[in-house]
Amino acid sequence: MRPTLRFLDDTLLDRIIAEARELLVRLGVEIHDEGILDMLGEHGAAVDRAAKRARIGGDMIDAALATVPSSFKVYDATGAESLDLGGMNVHFTPGSAAIRVLDYESGEAREPSTADCIRHARLVGKLDHIASQSTAIVAADVPEIVSDSYRLYLGLLHCDKPVVTGAFTVAAFDVMKKMLVAVRGSEEALAEKPLSIFSCCPTSPLKWSDVTSRNVVDCARASIPVEFIAMPLAGFQAPVTLVGTLIQHTAETLSGVVIGQAANPGSPVLYGGSPAIFDVRYETTPMGAVETMMIDCAYNEIGKSLGMPTQAYIALTDAKRIDAQAGQESAMGAVLASLAGINNISGPGMIDFESCQSLEKLVLDNETCGMMFRMIRGIEPREDFPSLPRFEELLAEGHLLISPHTRRHLREEHYFTGAVIDRANRSRRLEEGGRTLTERAHEQVESLLAESTPSSVRSSARAELKSIMTFAASAAGMDRLPEETM
Amino acid sequence: MNQLERIAAALEKGEVETVIELTNEALGAGLDPGRIVDDGLIAGMTVVGGLFRKHEIFLPDVLMAAKAMNGAMEIVKPLLTGGGGRGLGRVVIGTIEGDLHDIGKNLVGVMLKGAGFDVIDLGSDVSPGRFVDTAVESGASVIGMSALLTTTMANMEKAVRLVKERRLDEKIRVIVGGAPLSEEFAARIGADAYGFDASSAVERVAKLVGEATR
Repeated sequence: MRPTLRFLDDTLLDRIIAEARELLVRLGVEIHDEGILDMLGEHGAAVDRAAKRARIGGDMIDAALATVPSSFKVYDATGAESLDLGGMNVHFTPGSAAIRVLDYESGEAREPSTADCIRHARLVGKLDHIASQSTAIVAADVPEIVSDSYRLYLGLLHCDKPVVTGAFTVAAFDVMKKMLVAVRGSEEALAEKPLSIFSCCPTSPLKWSDVTSRNVVDCARASIPVEFIAMPLAGFQAPVTLVGTLIQHTAETLSGVVIGQAANPGSPVLYGGSPAIFDVRYETTPMGAVETMMIDCAYNEIGKSLGMPTQAYIALTDAKRIDAQAGQESAMGAVLASLAGINNISGPGMIDFESCQSLEKLVLDNETCGMMFRMIRGIEPREDFPSLPRFEELLAEGHLLISPHTRRHLREEHYFTGAVIDRANRSRRLEEGGRTLTERAHEQVESLLAESTPSSVRSSARAELKSIMTFAASAAGMDRLPEETM
Repeated sequence: MNQLERIAAALEKGEVETVIELTNEALGAGLDPGRIVDDGLIAGMTVVGGLFRKHEIFLPDVLMAAKAMNGAMEIVKPLLTGGGGRGLGRVVIGTIEGDLHDIGKNLVGVMLKGAGFDVIDLGSDVSPGRFVDTAVESGASVIGMSALLTTTMANMEKAVRLVKERRLDEKIRVIVGGAPLSEEFAARIGADAYGFDASSAVERVAKLVGEATR
């Protein structure tokens, strides 16, 4: 039995959805893109152009829910299946778009460079339990206007895994789509085997900027999967109650689903988000708060009940270093998200809310992810019945260390953690160098990077990627791209 | 791959029957029994030990390899020069008087047997005198004592003192282990070695046997 977790009973869940639908009908959503207002108007929305607001009726919502896929797959650069997003399947991806990296040597957070992006992508490629890369780090050595496409460019060159990404501007989407097409070979092949998921974020409360709404439509028309990242903040720009925040999250996300399905019925989406409570003491949005995690798991239940695969920013931390708080918050989130069956869990490697990536933490989180995969496989009998022969063997031999039963099932029953997790006794730990958690993680980072290789994207596609990126960078005033070093 | 390399490879995989079969074949082909032991069996166990230390294989794999080695040794031992003088040695083990916690001691016993030692397990709550008497009577060269309780650790010192008082310390070496112990404690009570886990205990017992029989 797969262990599961629920926060909402059916009655409450249905009521939240009904209230959210009522909000979309009565208040609607603010949409800044004229074209999208037109499109929604053509599909039956009541559009108030002066207020840039579209009121979305129940029929439109039902039509969107009728066409949105209940699951979809994402493939790596070689075309192999990587993510099966649906049901209770769970995948982990690094938290995305950090504007800082935690420097191991100095212990301080600093601006990331090209080298940091490459190291991150290469490392993700080596971690067994991280299914996809995300454009996790925003390099500061290129102009901001191309920083979105540049991180995708580096990711595609240095890691085969599919990419969770996003465009910061309307124009950048075209550049990024060209890159994905270059790797896949054609637009049709890309639609057939998606290589990326684009994060598209409504603005709370109940608003879509021209960039994000345009991104939704552009992705839908190219059949590029979208994850909706609604971010209501409980107690600030959303009701303080978890139920109230869930109503708002549902309305914001449903409005995105309607926009995407109106643009291209059947285009794949993840019912995602990054909501949080608002900490009224520090004016922050704690991702490590248990209430934030409860909201995440609960909207995942709502998304599933509406027939969509899900995503959440969870299994990350607000701590500034790799300390006990970092472990506590990240692991707590990973456990809840895995039990809840959130299909794409965005978090590993991230610290300091959603602003800083740490390679050492990514290695540590990879171990948590491994444990989670073991946990959700649950407890199943394996030649355990009848049990008498096993216990007769135990009493006769004094131990079962080399019992055939042990040897058959040891590796499937017990997940063996990597060297970063300390399970040695004190003396052995000291004999092996007595290194701290962060030191062990760093050692593993360097060891994995030393054996890493660039992605297997073929040379003609690499040249095309470089040409696309160079052209975009040139338009942004760059003479040449930063040197690609690790 | 020559015959000795095949023996080593099969041993590394813990293939008991294959190792025995290959050992018989090698003897049939006229290979020197000493070379079978050194370049086949021990060579294989050395690889196994290295992989275990790197956490690439686990305890059951080591014990299966050891089982294969012991199976082959049964055949080869009588043929060795000196009629089987290559026995690894005899060890008396038990938990010290007052201590009934024997999980660690049992694991050490399993590992020592697996490594080819002759193990006399006195069980739990063993008095210092019984440890020493048994070692003398059986001709064992090592006494291994285990404790989980800090209150029983002191009895280990009595056993070490008894070995010295009876002037047996040249013939009998003492190793101690258990969760509350440390290298420092072992040194303080005059024990010859401290095993911080079962595999380190086996390594250190092997060294002690060498010292005691010099």
